[in-house]
Amino acid sequence: MLDFLGCESLDQLFDTVAEPLRFNGSLKLDKAYSEPDLLTKMTEISNENHTVDELVCFAGGGAYDHDIPAVTKALASRSEFVTAYTPYQPEVSQGILQALFEFQTFISRITGLDVANSSLYDGATALTEAVNMAASFTKRSVLFISDGINPAWREVLTTFTRGTSLTIVNFPLKDGITDWEASPPGYSESEQPPAGLVVGYPNYLGCLEELSVARKIATSLGAALIVAFDPIAMGILKTPGEWGGDIAVAEGQSLGIPLSFGGPYLGLIACKAQYMRYLPGRIVGQSKDVYGKKAYVTTLRAREQDIRREKASSNICTNQTLMAITAAIQLSWLGTVGFKELALRCAAAAKYTKQLLLNIHGVEPMVSSPTFREFALKVPLDPELLLERLIGEGFLGGIPLGKEGILIALTEKRTRGEIDAFAQAFEKALKR
Amino acid sequence: MKQREVITPAEDDIPKSSGGNGSSAPLLGSLAEPTIFELSKPGRRAFSFRSTNIPEYSLDELVPPQHLPEKQLRLVEVSERDIVAHFTRLSMRQYGVDVGVYPLGSCTMKYNPKVCDTVASLSGLTNMHPASDPKLSQGWLKILLCLEEAICEITGMDSATLQPSAGASAELTGLLIMKAWHSSKTTGFFEKGRGYETRHKVLIPDSSHGTNPASVALSGYDIVTVPSNSKGLIDIEALKSLLGDDIAGIMLTNPNTLGLFEEEIAQIAEMVHEVGGLLYYDGANLNAILGVTRPGDMGFDIVHTNLHKTFATPHGGGGPGAAPLAVTSRLAPFLPGPRPYRLDNGSYGWTTPAQSIGRVHSWHGNALVVARAWAYILLNGPKGLKQVSQAAVLNANWLKKSLQDTYDVPYDNFCMHEFVLSCETLKKAKGLSALDVAKCLLQKGFHPPTIYFPLIVHEALMIEPTETESLETLKELSQALKDIARATPEEFGSAPSTTVVQRVDEVQAARSPLLTWDAVSNAAIGQDTRNA
Ligand SMILES: Cc1ncc(COP(=O)(O)O)c(C=O)c1O
Repeated sequence: MLDFLGCESLDQLFDTVAEPLRFNGSLKLDKAYSEPDLLTKMTEISNENHTVDELVCFAGGGAYDHDIPAVTKALASRSEFVTAYTPYQPEVSQGILQALFEFQTFISRITGLDVANSSLYDGATALTEAVNMAASFTKRSVLFISDGINPAWREVLTTFTRGTSLTIVNFPLKDGITDWEASPPGYSESEQPPAGLVVGYPNYLGCLEELSVARKIATSLGAALIVAFDPIAMGILKTPGEWGGDIAVAEGQSLGIPLSFGGPYLGLIACKAQYMRYLPGRIVGQSKDVYGKKAYVTTLRAREQDIRREKASSNICTNQTLMAITAAIQLSWLGTVGFKELALRCAAAAKYTKQLLLNIHGVEPMVSSPTFREFALKVPLDPELLLERLIGEGFLGGIPLGKEGILIALTEKRTRGEIDAFAQAFEKALKR
Repeated sequence: MKQREVITPAEDDIPKSSGGNGSSAPLLGSLAEPTIFELSKPGRRAFSFRSTNIPEYSLDELVPPQHLPEKQLRLVEVSERDIVAHFTRLSMRQYGVDVGVYPLGSCTMKYNPKVCDTVASLSGLTNMHPASDPKLSQGWLKILLCLEEAICEITGMDSATLQPSAGASAELTGLLIMKAWHSSKTTGFFEKGRGYETRHKVLIPDSSHGTNPASVALSGYDIVTVPSNSKGLIDIEALKSLLGDDIAGIMLTNPNTLGLFEEEIAQIAEMVHEVGGLLYYDGANLNAILGVTRPGDMGFDIVHTNLHKTFATPHGGGGPGAAPLAVTSRLAPFLPGPRPYRLDNGSYGWTTPAQSIGRVHSWHGNALVVARAWAYILLNGPKGLKQVSQAAVLNANWLKKSLQDTYDVPYDNFCMHEFVLSCETLKKAKGLSALDVAKCLLQKGFHPPTIYFPLIVHEALMIEPTETESLETLKELSQALKDIARATPEEFGSAPSTTVVQRVDEVQAARSPLLTWDAVSNAAIGQDTRNA
C-alpha cells in the first residue's frame, strides 16, 4: 500500500505534523493485554464492586433495581442495532427507524402527549432541553421550578443554562408538595412571567403532586407546564397529558436498562403538538418511498445542529438510541397488562415497606403527602451512619436526605422476605 | 374502582412462547414489517414477575382517587414469540458495521472488538447502583480514574471529567469552563452576567461540525467564523485580523473535517494565547493521532474526545456515547464534579473541584461506555493504539489516491484518517450528485460516506474507511465508486432498487409529520386510538 502511495515509510504519511509536535515517546499506558488476560483483569476489578446481587437494594433517587427479562437483553444486543450509526440512510436503516418510531409511540402513550423524540442523554439533560423549549416557545427567560425535582437534575439544569441567561426561581415544598403560593426570594411578581413551571410526578420525595394546581398557575401566567415523571408510575397514575402538561420529561432507566453505575440511561421527552417544532434531537416519521411503500425516515430535520448550526434548537447529535430500542422492547414485553401490574407491584411493595418501617420506634414520615413507590423517612440517627450499618446487614438502604432523613425506593423485585429482613435490620441499626 | 376493565383476560391455554405472524416476507423487502401495535392481539402476554408474597392491595388503597387515570392506558398485547420475531426482523432490515464497511466520514465507524461488549456486560459493572457509597464501588472508581488518566496521557492534558454523555455535551461543558476561567480572571468567581462581557466571541472555522456552533450559541458566546484558505486550512491572515481582547477562545478540529492536519497549529495556538484566548480541541475523532501527536502538545487548553468513535463503543444506531473532557491544570478547578480520585491509602473516593461549574450528568456519566473504552485501550496498548492511527491514515490515503482520477479532490495533500471528494464535475457533466453516489453505493451493498459535509465543499463525499477494513474491502469499495462514476443517469437515478425500501420522501415526512403509530391510524380512521 505504501508503494502505491509512493511512500517509503508510514511516518511519511504524517509529514504534515511538524516535527516539534510529533509525539516521539511511547504513551505511558499498560502494554497490550490478550483477550483472556483482559477479561481476567476486568472481572477482578468488577468484583471489587458490591452490587445489588450482593446487597438488597432499597435505593432509588432516579435509578431503580428492576428485573430485566432475557428477551430484552437478547434483542437489544443484536449487533445490527448495536453497530449501526444514526440512520442517515433510510434505505438500509428501516430497522432502527421503525424501532424508534415504535418507541416514540410508546412514549407518547405513557405520557398522554402527542409527540416524543427518539431519546436524549438522561433525565437531567431531558429536563434542561424541556426548559430550553419552553423558553424559546414563550420567548421568556424566567423559570419556576419546584424543590421537589431531583437535586442532581437541578444542578445540571443550572450548569447548562449558565450561558442562556435563564433566571431560575425555586419554589419550596410544603409537606412534600410544591408550594406555588410561596414568595421565593429574589423574585417579584413585577418581573417577567415564567416560561415554564417544572414539577415532579411523583417528585423526588416520592410524593404525588397536585398537578391541577400547577396547571392552573401555568395557564394564568401563560407558561408551559413541564412535568418530570416516573415512567413506571404511569401504569396506575394519570399521565402528564391527562393533567394538562405541555412537556413531559423522565429518566427512562426503569424501562429495561441495567443500573450500570449511572449510565448509559435514557432521557425521555414528549410534548403537545404545538411544541413539536421546538423538540430537540432526532425524530422519526412515517413516510413513503418513491414506489409508495411505507418507509420511515428522520424528519423535521430543520431543527437540528447539522442543518441549522448556531440557530439549532439544541446542540444534541449523538443520543441514546440503543437504550430507546431497549425501552421499546421492554414496553412490548410488559404490554398493557404488565405495565399496570408492574406499577401496582411497586406501589404495593412500597406501601408494605413504609408501614413496617413506621412501626419502628423513632421512625416518622418526613412528609405526609401520598407517595407511589418511593418515600422519605425521618430517622433518629445520622442517615449516613444508618446506611452504613445497613450495608453491614446486607442492604443498600436508600439515599440520605440531609442530616435527618432517608429516601427509600421499591420495585417489583423486592420480596416480602427481603422487606421483613430489611425492617428488622433497620430497627437493629437504630438501636445500636 | 373507578377504572373500567377493558382488558381481555390472558389466553390461559396458549403458551407465552406462541405467537408471531408467520411469514418472513418482510426480510425480502416485498412487505413492510407491521408495527408492534398492529401485531397486538387481545389476550396475548409476555411479562413474568417474581413471586414476592407481598400482601395485595386494591388500587384505591394505593392511589388517591384524583390521581387515578380516567382512561385505561394501552400499550400492546403480544407474546414473547411476537416480540422476538418482530425485533429480529427489524434488525434484519438494518445495516451495521458488523455487516460491512461503513465509511461515514467524521463518524469513525470501525469494527469494535467483541470482548469490549463482554466487559460492558459484567454483572459487577452493570448491577451497581450509582448512589452506592465509594466503599462499595471501588472497582468502578478505579475504572473511571484509569480511563481518565489514559485519556489525559493520550491527549497530553492534565485532568478530565467523564460526565459528558456525548461530544455535544462535552463541547458545551468545555465552553462553560472557558467562560468560568475568564470570569475568574476578572471577578475572582463565576457569576452570571459579570466579568465576561469583554470576552464574548468564540472563533470557529467554516469547516466545523454542526455541534460546534450550536454549542457556542448555548454557551452564550457570539460566534465568529474563520475562513479556510485554498489548502483547506485555517487562513492565518484572516485569523490575525479577527483576534483581539474580545476573544474568549477558538474551537478547532485537528485533523479538521477535511481530514487535513492544521500544519500551523503551533503558531495558531501562540496567536490565540497572545490575546488571552483559550483553545478548544474538538477531538470527537482521535483516530488519526493516537501516539502520533497530542492536542496538549499542540497548545490546546480544553479537549474532548468521543469514546463512541475512537474507543470501541459501537454507535448503537445513534448512541449512547461518552465524551471525556480533558483540560490543562489551570482549568481543572472548574471541572464538573464529583470526580473520582485516589486517596493516599490507595483507595478511591469522590471529590468536587473548588470552582466547579457544576454537574453535567444525572450521575457519573455513561459509565459502561467508559469501561468499554478502557478495555479497548488495554487491549491495544501504546503500540497497538499507534498502529490504529497508522493503519487508519494509510487506508484513507490509499482510498483517496485510488479515486483521485475519478472524483474531484478539492485538497490534494496527504490526508489523515479521512478525506473529502467532490462530485461537482460529475454533477455538471451528467447530473450525478453526492446523493446519487450514496444511493448507488447502497445498491451495491455498501454503506455510503457522509455526504454534503463539510459545508465548504460542494457535493462533498466525506470518506473515512477506518483501520479495521482490509485492502480487499478498500479495493471493492473503490471499484464500486469508479463504476458509479460511469453509470448512466437512468442507472443512478433509480438506485437503490435492491434495498427494502427505495428513496424516501423526506419532504412529505416533514410537511405532514406522522411521528407515532397513533398519528398514522388517526389520520387513517379519523379517531383517537391512544386509549380504549
Ligand atoms: C468532529 C465532530 N465534532 C463533534 C461531534 C459531536 O459529537 P456527538 O455526536 O457525540 O455529540 C462529532 C460527531 O458527530 C464530530 O464528528
